[in-house]
Amino acid sequence: MEEFSLSTFLAVFEEMFGTVLFWALVAIAILFTLAWIYVLFRDRALSFRKYLVAQLSMPFGAVAAVAFVLWITSSRLGDIGGPIDWLVLLGVAAVGAVGLSIVVYVVQSLGRGSRLPSGPRSSA
Amino acid sequence: MTDSFDLSATRRGFLGLAAAGAAFSALPAPASAQRVRTSARIVILGAGAGGAGMANRLATRLEGAQITVVDGRPQHWYQPGFTLIAAGLKPASYSISGTGDWLPRGVTWLQDYAAEIDPEANRVTTLGGERLDYDYLIVATGLTLDWEAIEGFSLDLVGAEHGISAHYASPEYAERSWQALDRFTDQGGVGLFGRPSTEMKCAGAPLKITMLAEDIASRKGNRANAQIIYNAHNPTLFGVPIVDHRVRQIFRERAIEMRFEHVLTAIDPGRKVATYATPAGDVETSYDFINVIPPQRAPQVVRESGLSWADRWTDQGWIEVDMATLRHARYANVFGIGDINGVPKGKTAASAKFHMPVIEDHLLAELQGREGTRRFNGYTSCPMITRIGRAMLIEFDYYDNLVPSFPGIVAPLEELWIAWLMKEIALKPTYNAMLRGLA
Repeated sequence: MEEFSLSTFLAVFEEMFGTVLFWALVAIAILFTLAWIYVLFRDRALSFRKYLVAQLSMPFGAVAAVAFVLWITSSRLGDIGGPIDWLVLLGVAAVGAVGLSIVVYVVQSLGRGSRLPSGPRSSA
Repeated sequence: MTDSFDLSATRRGFLGLAAAGAAFSALPAPASAQRVRTSARIVILGAGAGGAGMANRLATRLEGAQITVVDGRPQHWYQPGFTLIAAGLKPASYSISGTGDWLPRGVTWLQDYAAEIDPEANRVTTLGGERLDYDYLIVATGLTLDWEAIEGFSLDLVGAEHGISAHYASPEYAERSWQALDRFTDQGGVGLFGRPSTEMKCAGAPLKITMLAEDIASRKGNRANAQIIYNAHNPTLFGVPIVDHRVRQIFRERAIEMRFEHVLTAIDPGRKVATYATPAGDVETSYDFINVIPPQRAPQVVRESGLSWADRWTDQGWIEVDMATLRHARYANVFGIGDINGVPKGKTAASAKFHMPVIEDHLLAELQGREGTRRFNGYTSCPMITRIGRAMLIEFDYYDNLVPSFPGIVAPLEELWIAWLMKEIALKPTYNAMLRGLA
């Protein structure tokens, strides 16, 4: 008799973080993703040097995300029980890793500008 | 609805990972059908989890109705947080908000208590003397903690000095209960836990605080000095047999002593002795720490209203509602929501949450000249905290069936971190969304 709805999902997340913080976090995540797409279009290539640095940041993002979640939930690694716990933990780590790598890539790209020869730039 | 708001939230849900990695669950969505025009006068007694949630739902669905919520208490308490406060994980403020914060525009909040309910005359009279005539009455008063039934006990005694915990009483008393538990787990001695023999809200809560006490003593390296005794009121630890067996197993593994058919009747705070009624007569036990959970009953005003069962729970006074429709058996314009209902199971916020759409369906159907169709199956749930960082996500119905929201993914009888995450971070926002009628 119960059904899932997106509005319910959003309502719970708004309660969890507060409406302003939740939407600010969403906006920041969207902003960085858009910025990443923008620099890809602008540079017309994935810079492997920047990508390598971004990849090197991934373990830090993963560890930071796991540490943060453990900290806010008064838990420790020893509390990990069944398979679903490992999957959730890996999911948290993956989100942290990918999130930080995008941030690092974008910061490098915007900070240094395009390293490619000049040419028409996409305003995507 | 103490500790078990529990994860009703998770029914037919999904596991979501928040930005912070929080797991949480989906909720039944309020129906998004068109509004119903009516001039009905609806009185809701109580602005707790059930009353506030129902007021929001009805305010959304009805146009022109006169909805009055009667509740004298300015504070709203998030009772599922009381165990976390009593275990030193959250401050008292975690569970406190304002009653008015949750009530929608268009609903009248009468800040007073009901003094008389007359279901024959369709009238409620408040302590202040105000008379409210109604077309529909929703009884959401919650229940009364009968502290006076424990001889020698007084809430003034709660705290570290006397080694007395009473975390059901309020957020502040839950915090003082933590001071008592903190000292006990520092110093060791005999710790007594247990539950009353009446129906009670969140029957898992006495077990949770027992296991948390054991865990905290262990973390402090003081487990060997602490004797932890759980006193069950009957031959079981929990009403659902499979859960009973699982909790016994955990208690045995962790050397938590179990005594059955022991009901606390008195304490002597001077001598630090508790008296239990048992089939063999009264038994006295010395303690250094005791967690007191008193008998629980319908509020006096409800018991005097004629709404209670005449032949069941006669010492407790729960109201006579149909267990599937939650409509009163003798007064068709009266519904019950939450702890006050005389149904076989589920004095939890999880149940209250699932009562709401059923009552909404039947009430709106009647206003539209139809028959309601939704039925409540007794669903309730309990994230059974077994230690800080782990819980079992136990969900069941009237018939002792386990009804897991995530079959094959979150095993109900397994101690899991994800169940703890749900309790620790996802439950309160889910509860708040429920109060707003959004979940």
